[in-house]
Amino acid sequence: METRELTCIGCPMGCQLKVQIDQGQATEIAGNTCKRGEVYAKKEVTNPTRIVTSTVAVEGGSSAVVSVKTNRDIPKDKIFEIIQEIKEIKVQAPVHIGDTIVSNVAGTGADIVATKEVK
Amino acid sequence: MLNYDIVIVGGGPAGLAAAVSAKENGVDSILVLERDQELGGILNQCIHNGFGLHTFKEELTGPEYAARYIEQLEEAKIEYKLNTMVIDITEDKTVTAMNRADGLFEIQAKAIILAMGCRERSRGALNIPGYRPAGIYSAGTAQRLVNMEGCLPGREVVILGSGDIGLIMARRMTLEGAKVQVVAELLPYSGGLKRNIVQCLDDFGIPLKLSHTVVDIEGKERVSGVTIAKVDQNRKPIPGTDKHYTCDTLLLSCGLIPENELSTSLGVEISPVTAGPLVNESLETNVEGVFACGNVLHVHDLVDFVSQEAKAAGKHAAAYVRGGARHLLFDGEDIPIVAEGGVRYTVPKTIHPQRMEENHTVRFRVGDVYQNCYVSVYLNQERVIHRKRQVIVPGEMEEVVLKQEELKTFPNLSQITVKIE
Ligand SMILES: Cc1cc2nc3c(=O)[nH]c(=O)nc-3n(C[C@H](O)[C@H](O)[C@H](O)COP(=O)(O)OP(=O)(O)OC[C@H]3O[C@@H](n4cnc5c(N)ncnc54)[C@H](O)[C@@H]3O)c2cc1C
Repeated sequence: METRELTCIGCPMGCQLKVQIDQGQATEIAGNTCKRGEVYAKKEVTNPTRIVTSTVAVEGGSSAVVSVKTNRDIPKDKIFEIIQEIKEIKVQAPVHIGDTIVSNVAGTGADIVATKEVK
Repeated sequence: MLNYDIVIVGGGPAGLAAAVSAKENGVDSILVLERDQELGGILNQCIHNGFGLHTFKEELTGPEYAARYIEQLEEAKIEYKLNTMVIDITEDKTVTAMNRADGLFEIQAKAIILAMGCRERSRGALNIPGYRPAGIYSAGTAQRLVNMEGCLPGREVVILGSGDIGLIMARRMTLEGAKVQVVAELLPYSGGLKRNIVQCLDDFGIPLKLSHTVVDIEGKERVSGVTIAKVDQNRKPIPGTDKHYTCDTLLLSCGLIPENELSTSLGVEISPVTAGPLVNESLETNVEGVFACGNVLHVHDLVDFVSQEAKAAGKHAAAYVRGGARHLLFDGEDIPIVAEGGVRYTVPKTIHPQRMEENHTVRFRVGDVYQNCYVSVYLNQERVIHRKRQVIVPGEMEEVVLKQEELKTFPNLSQITVKIE
C-alpha cells in the first residue's frame, strides 16, 4: 500500500488529491470535489501520459531548429528517453508541418512530427 | 503615399484573424504590417501544445495554430509586409512605417486595427536590488532563444514568477538539460494554469514557493546566485527567511503589458487597469475607425479568445469602411459597463443595445481567488444573470453573455454592472 498526493488539473480549483495505491491500482481517492478528480487520479496513478514538445536541429534552413511534438501522448516515464533520442538527430531543410522526423520514438509507438515550416 | 481600406498593425494571431474576417466581410483592400520576419507573433516561440482546443477541437502547438491562420490569409490573398515596423499613426489614419526595402513610407487608411500584442514587464519595473550581471532574462526571451534559435541561456536556473510562461520555461529548460532549482512567486497563489503547475513543475520535482521573492542577485559579470525570501501580507520580505541558491541564470516571468505606445500617441484612451484601449462593443477605440483586439487590448491566456475577438474587430472595421461612422446611424446611447465586487475590468467598456450582437460576449478578469461564488450581471438595479461558480481565479479570463433583446427592451437602461457575489 502506498499513498500519493496529486493536484487535480481538471479546473482552476486544483483539488489536492490523496490516492491509496494497491498493486498499481487506485483503491481510495480523497480530496476531490467532483468526479473529474477521481477520473484524473485513476489515470495519473495507473497510466500517466503526456504529449512531448521540443526542437530538433536543422541543417541548411532559415532557422537553426524546428519545433516538434509526439503525434500522440506517451507514457510519462519515457519523456527523457524521447528527448535524448531527438537530441541526436539533425534534419535537412526544408521541413514541413506534419513531416515525420522519427518514427516509433523510444519504442513508444508514437512518432515525432514537425510543427513548423522551415525553408 | 499608399492607400488601403484597412491597415492592420501586427501579424500575430489577432492581426491574422482580423484580416481574414475583414475580407470575409467584404473589404478587399487590406494590408497587414508585421515587424518580425514571419507572421504568427508570439505563437512562433510557444512550441508547447495547448492551443486551439476551442477553435479547432484539437490541441495544437503554437506554430501549428499560427500556420492555420497564415494559410487562411494566403488563401484570401491578403497583402502583408514583413520586417516592417509601424512607427506612427495619426488621427486622420496616416500610418508611417519603415523597412529595409521601402525605407520610410506612409499609408493612408480608412480604418485601422491595432493588433500589436504585449511585451513582458522588464526587470526595471520589478525593483530587484544588486548589480546588473549577465544571465538575467525575461522568460519570453529565454523561450525565444531556446525554441527558435536553439541555444540554452544557462545551466542552473532560478525562476521568479509563476505565470504560464515561467512554468512552461521551467519544463523546457529542464528538458534541454538545465537544472531548474526553484520557481518563486510573490503572490500567495500562482497565476498559471493548474495543468502547467502539474506538468511543468511537479512532473520534474521543481519546487514552487508561493509568497516568496528574490531579495538579492549575486555576481558582477554573470549571475552566480540569488537569494529568495518569504514575504508577508504586504509583500515585504520577512527577515530570517532568506535562502540562497547557486545559479547562473535568473528568469523573470512577471507578467505582460499591452504594447500601446502607438495607440497613446494617436490619442487612444487607455484603461489604467488593462493598460489597453478602452473600447465599445464594436472594439472601436475613442478614435473613430480605430479598432483593437488581442493582447494589445487586454492580456489573454487563451489564443482561441484572441482569434474570436479579432474576428469581431475585423468585421466591425469592415462595416465601418463600408458604411462610414456607424455610430451616427443608431439612436440611443452607449451604456457603460461597470466592474464591481472583485471584477477588475470588462472588455468592452460600453455597449450599444442597437449595435451589439444578438448574444454579446463580455470578457473580464477578477482580482483575487473566489470560491463558491456567483457571477452576477445587473441592468440598472435588476439582476439578470446569477451564475454559480465553484472557483474563479485571476489567471483565467471569464465571460458573461448579454442578450440584445433584453438590453433593447429594458426601460431606461443607463448602466450594466458585472460583479462577483
Ligand atoms: C509564453 C506564452 C505562452 C502561451 N501559452 C498559451 C497556451 O498554452 N494556450 C493558449 O491558447 N494561449 C497561450 N498564450 C496566449 C496567446 O499565445 C496569446 O494570447 C496570443 O498569441 C496573442 O496574440 P496577439 O496577436 O494579440 O499578439 P502577438 O502574438 O504578440 O502578436 C503581435 C504582433 O504584432 C507585432 N507588432 C507589435 N508592434 C508592432 C509595430 N509597431 N509594427 C509592426 N508590428 C508590430 C509583433 O511583432 C507581433 O508579431 C501564451 C502566450 C505566451 C506569451
